[in-house]
Amino acid sequence: MRDTSMLDVSSTDVATPTGLSAIGLQFDASKAALIRGLTLHLPDSGIHCLIGPNGAGKSLTLRLLHGLLPPKAGQVFWRGVALSASDRVAQAMVFQKPVLLRRSVEANVDFVLKSRRTKDPDFRDSLLNRVGLAGRNKQPARLLSGGEQQRLALARALAIRPRVLFLDEPTASLDPNSARVIEDILCEERHHGTLCVLVTHDVGQARRLADSVAFVADGTIAEHSPADQFFRAPTSAQARDYLSDHLVL
Amino acid sequence: MHSISEALSLALALVFSADPDLFEIVGLSLYVSLSATLLACVLGLPLGALLATTRFRGRGAALVVVNALMGLPPVVVGLFVYLYLSRSGPLGFLGLLYTPTAMIIAQTLLITPIVAALSRQVLESLDGEYAEQFQSLALSRWQRVQALVWDGRYALLTVALAGFGRAVAEVGAVIIVGGNIDHLTRVMTTAIALETSKGELALALALGIVLMTLALAVNAMVYSVRTTATKAAYA
Repeated sequence: MRDTSMLDVSSTDVATPTGLSAIGLQFDASKAALIRGLTLHLPDSGIHCLIGPNGAGKSLTLRLLHGLLPPKAGQVFWRGVALSASDRVAQAMVFQKPVLLRRSVEANVDFVLKSRRTKDPDFRDSLLNRVGLAGRNKQPARLLSGGEQQRLALARALAIRPRVLFLDEPTASLDPNSARVIEDILCEERHHGTLCVLVTHDVGQARRLADSVAFVADGTIAEHSPADQFFRAPTSAQARDYLSDHLVL
Repeated sequence: MHSISEALSLALALVFSADPDLFEIVGLSLYVSLSATLLACVLGLPLGALLATTRFRGRGAALVVVNALMGLPPVVVGLFVYLYLSRSGPLGFLGLLYTPTAMIIAQTLLITPIVAALSRQVLESLDGEYAEQFQSLALSRWQRVQALVWDGRYALLTVALAGFGRAVAEVGAVIIVGGNIDHLTRVMTTAIALETSKGELALALALGIVLMTLALAVNAMVYSVRTTATKAAYA
């Protein structure tokens, strides 16, 4: 059940005391400005989608928010404080193309648990059960199907019990069943109070899942609104064009 | 002087009769080359891992040097070790010249760059694949290196076997620092060179057969390891 009453989708240039804030992010590559003064505020929990056309900067934004890339200018904050190494330890990311270790299914999850100095076979098995891979513990991870690999990548991300979970088009090219499993888990995570930041091209998926939608265009946030408002009456011309299947140039 | 066929049948007789002299030479060869391979892995793998996972000023130059050292001429290595271990050399007091230890040192110097350069390639390619995932998991450098070495274990085993192959087939360095002394420092390659120069082709051929069999076995092992790992998608 979505609760949008606590949504803060303001665009102020001051980090909010709760949730994840990005203030004035800029990122250049080969002297081209790819992210231009991007500001975004997300609450402590819920599912928040970044949508927009190809090349708009959605995946880059996700990487900047997660700290995988250093911004040229601007800063990311967690609960009003600049993102620290200890905050990053409580974040996880699921990539569009899962990168699995050359090990068994269970060893992939154990690796993450061990990196956090824990060993909990019951927790690992419960995660594998959640993503529909129960009983597949000893199989080589790289011999799983694409959908199964992505579900294992999600289980691995959940193994660190993340406060913030970034997902970069996790269901792109997956069959409906695998996509459904991932969507169900995201809904469960919302219920557990995890902040899920999801990049997707699938407008239907954003409609099903999102508490808020940030529309990314030309390296900045063109619009950030509660999901029902965004889909009912988008305020930016780019978002309106995108939703009506028009090309955004 | 024997004809080739005569020499070959005598050689086979030596091999199949488990001639003690022959097996002493083979045993010493394996001891020297396996020890050198182990030491080269202890030195070369961390160096390869460091070069693969670290960016520092002068890294490009370091890579060029390590790659160039892969082609070190064995006689130059032998000469270098000889100069250090000879009585008037800085390490002459150790009395290691003309001992198996000196041969191990020479072979270690010869194959360490091979192990370092090849393991660097293996680990760097793996690191490129895993980098973003490891960064996302906020792993320490040590955790990253551990994971890379474990996931690259089959490829690294191939690297070690390549080093062993180079060591066991090498003659120039071990003959200079070992001296090819009977029952002390005579290994397969130096014995083949000596017996051939004396016209005693049977022992030379017998050792050649063992050396070739060893080379085939090493390659078969590499192939088998790679195939098994690839089938399980662990390579």
